[in-house]
Amino acid sequence: MNNKLQKQLLKRSKASKLERFGKTISFLALMLITVTVFAIIIFVASKGLSTFFSNHVNVIDFLTGKDWNPNVTNSKGQPEVGALPMISGSFVVTILSALLATPFAIGTAIFMNEISPHRGAKILQPVIELLVGIPSVVYGFIGLTVVVPAIRSVFGGSGFGILAGTFVLFVMILPTVTSMSVDALRSVPRYYREAALALGATQWQTIYKVVLRAATPGMLTAIVFGMARAFGEALAVQMVIGNAALLPTSLVSPASTLTSVLTTGIGNTVMGSLQNNALWSLALVLLIMSLIFNLVIRLIGRKGAMSK
Amino acid sequence: MNSKISNRIAIATLYVIASTIVVILAALLGYIIISGLPAISWHFLTSPARAFTSGGGIGIQLFNSFYLLILTMIISFPIALGAGIYLNEYAKQNWVTSLVRTSIEILSSLPSVVVGLFGFLIFVVQFGFGFSILSGAFALTFFNLPLLTRSIEEALAAVPDEQREGGLALGLSKWETVLHIIVPAALPTILTGVILSAGRIFGEAAALIFTAGQSAPALNFTDWNPFNISSPLNPMRPAETLAVHIWKINSEGIMPDAKAISSGSSAVLVISVLGFNLLARFVGHRLFKRLTAG
Amino acid sequence: MRKKRWLECLLLVGLVILGGWAYQTRQVNKANMTITAVGSTALQPLVEAAGEDYATHRLGTFINVQGGGSGTGLSQVQEGAVDIGNADVFAEEQKGIKADRLKDHRVAVVGITPIVNPATGIAHLTTAQLIDVFTGKVHNWSQVGGKNQKIVILNRAQGSGTRATFERFGLKNHRSIAAQEQDSSGMVRQIVATTPGSISYVGFSYVDKSVRAVSLNGVQPINQNVENNQWPIWSYEHMYTGKHPQQLAQQFIKYVQSRKIQNTLVRRLGYISMADMEVTRDGQGKVHKLEVSHE
Repeated sequence: MNNKLQKQLLKRSKASKLERFGKTISFLALMLITVTVFAIIIFVASKGLSTFFSNHVNVIDFLTGKDWNPNVTNSKGQPEVGALPMISGSFVVTILSALLATPFAIGTAIFMNEISPHRGAKILQPVIELLVGIPSVVYGFIGLTVVVPAIRSVFGGSGFGILAGTFVLFVMILPTVTSMSVDALRSVPRYYREAALALGATQWQTIYKVVLRAATPGMLTAIVFGMARAFGEALAVQMVIGNAALLPTSLVSPASTLTSVLTTGIGNTVMGSLQNNALWSLALVLLIMSLIFNLVIRLIGRKGAMSK
Repeated sequence: MNSKISNRIAIATLYVIASTIVVILAALLGYIIISGLPAISWHFLTSPARAFTSGGGIGIQLFNSFYLLILTMIISFPIALGAGIYLNEYAKQNWVTSLVRTSIEILSSLPSVVVGLFGFLIFVVQFGFGFSILSGAFALTFFNLPLLTRSIEEALAAVPDEQREGGLALGLSKWETVLHIIVPAALPTILTGVILSAGRIFGEAAALIFTAGQSAPALNFTDWNPFNISSPLNPMRPAETLAVHIWKINSEGIMPDAKAISSGSSAVLVISVLGFNLLARFVGHRLFKRLTAG
Repeated sequence: MRKKRWLECLLLVGLVILGGWAYQTRQVNKANMTITAVGSTALQPLVEAAGEDYATHRLGTFINVQGGGSGTGLSQVQEGAVDIGNADVFAEEQKGIKADRLKDHRVAVVGITPIVNPATGIAHLTTAQLIDVFTGKVHNWSQVGGKNQKIVILNRAQGSGTRATFERFGLKNHRSIAAQEQDSSGMVRQIVATTPGSISYVGFSYVDKSVRAVSLNGVQPINQNVENNQWPIWSYEHMYTGKHPQQLAQQFIKYVQSRKIQNTLVRRLGYISMADMEVTRDGQGKVHKLEVSHE
């Protein structure tokens, strides 16, 4: 009798079995994602690194070279795979579009959260969610039919270039940055505002001196996140930037980004050849950049948490 | 006085910014729909595409888009739900968790071309699925998982801890609490996240070019046996989706009415995404009311 | 709770039965009745249309045609992942491909012509002028007999078959300077049509009223001039298979090469029929006259 009771008590209850089961299942799901990510990273890295290891391209030459002609070998007997034009193109477009998007995104976020929450929820929220949903092909299509001709008629030239890419990316990352900024503002406790207003501050003073200060880390995260998006965007940018592997000299001359060269070239090269590996090296640069963006976001998050 | 003026100026500026955004979107939408609407007709929506003569439609592409969307959701939702639950309910705050989180973030910022090529080498070539809806659905799953996991995790995190404590106090195990209390409470938000990510899947092209393929063989819409090659339900057939179709027409289309078809398809695509958004609001609202009232 | 379980079980059993039934009643495909052709996006419409035609006459066969680019097509057929690799270039020209492991089947010829924006006022160029334009020696159309307009060069992507052919036979192996690149003919035409002073090159079938095709050394870019090699910028469209292709692939390629397809689809899609060619050209660019009797 005693023994039986003991056994019954020591045996896992049904609930705890279920608990184990549930925990395992959800853990497996998470692991599946993680393993996939690592598989992709290893895959890209092994392809991208073979440019340097099996094709013996100098890493420094790759990062600082100005000529991108993988089919051609230069005077030193090395293939011309200088990725500097693409790397700088990617950075310029990303930074410019982030600069352009930030005031709009933060302004809208403040409007939605502080000034007119009702209208914010009724009009702006759906508008922003809709912007997220517009496919990048459509953005590219509009960029090609509206933005590029507009730039051409104002600035002359072909209209393709960094400015066109910046505009398209600006519209594309705007919703992401805005909705994350709204989240940041929302997480500022209500009594901060109440305290400021009670001290006689105007609404703008409250926003500028209190709310924005408190929400700064969150907003920075939003901006960096938007930049990461912009950095990785491919189809829309490729359609409007002109894809010239030249160092960007002006805002309206054709340039290229890492993604645009990658998308354009990958179908024309043969798996395992130098031309193909060089493109994967560009993908690797992209991957490393998104790693760095993530680190930055994490760092900002940690700093913000400490100062609170 | 001074501060009042600056207050007014600042707030006026914010009004201007907010309305600029609305205007930009209105202009975008207006442009897409106005330029595409003349091309849309019942015939356009239902007939198959033509390679080099005018008068083709997007019927098969439209069906493919929806079918691919449903398959992707069936694959990715359980995984994302599980991962979201684990991250929010079970995971401890340590370096492993932060590594996992970082990897999910990386997956979300990977260019979709890279995901597509990875899917191509793994599913199409290695697993031998060929250019098929199934390969496309797996590639889109990669693409969809980080966003979906994130939105599910956020939805779960928004459920107040009192609900968890309540469940545990009733003697439920953690898993039961999650399953019967937390997930239902977060359901409206989760659903909104799902439908919004559906919009993104619907419009994705780059990841599909190398996985689901760029051709849309004729379908026999009276044959619903998923094992037949011409059946619409066969997951192993190649399937060009609407977004891929737009991309292809813009790049290599030689039909005389390519421009009309591409703007018509863009309009259909945007209207569908708009539909998803409205649906998300409606369903989310409904569910929220129901769950909070009951 | 109990009841629900039962319902779930019933539903599951029902689904399994339905699935089994569907599997039993499926149209039984004989083995090897599906082939996959991957590669050049330019060739895709032709192969697709021919494939549909072929499959309607032979029940149960299925030709799966995909784009992805010549490089993808060649590397996939080399690895045996697909049956046919469509390409606009000779396998010998593509780096990383072992051409001796592949079998070349030429199915059509495409002529490539320089196109300019009509406002440049250019209609004729010599090869030397063309080379000067693309190598950046001249910057203004007035230097080669056009209006006072800046030259805007537009290239196809590196590794594209059209670009390789153009640089080889149009620019006499000179390399174009780095400039804008687009990865498709449709886009190139659209941009040339709308950008003042622009020049690029496309297959004959892409030329329309919005752009102007340029005659070279007094030779018009028309099919007749390609057929006798007066117009040198042309290339074959290839369908590569492994050394020992499976039967269906072989039959299908024969079908594409047959008079029926060559005289109808090939011409309608803007290609030049293999039957009309009076010359052949090999991978090294050597031209041989063909003994053909025109009917």
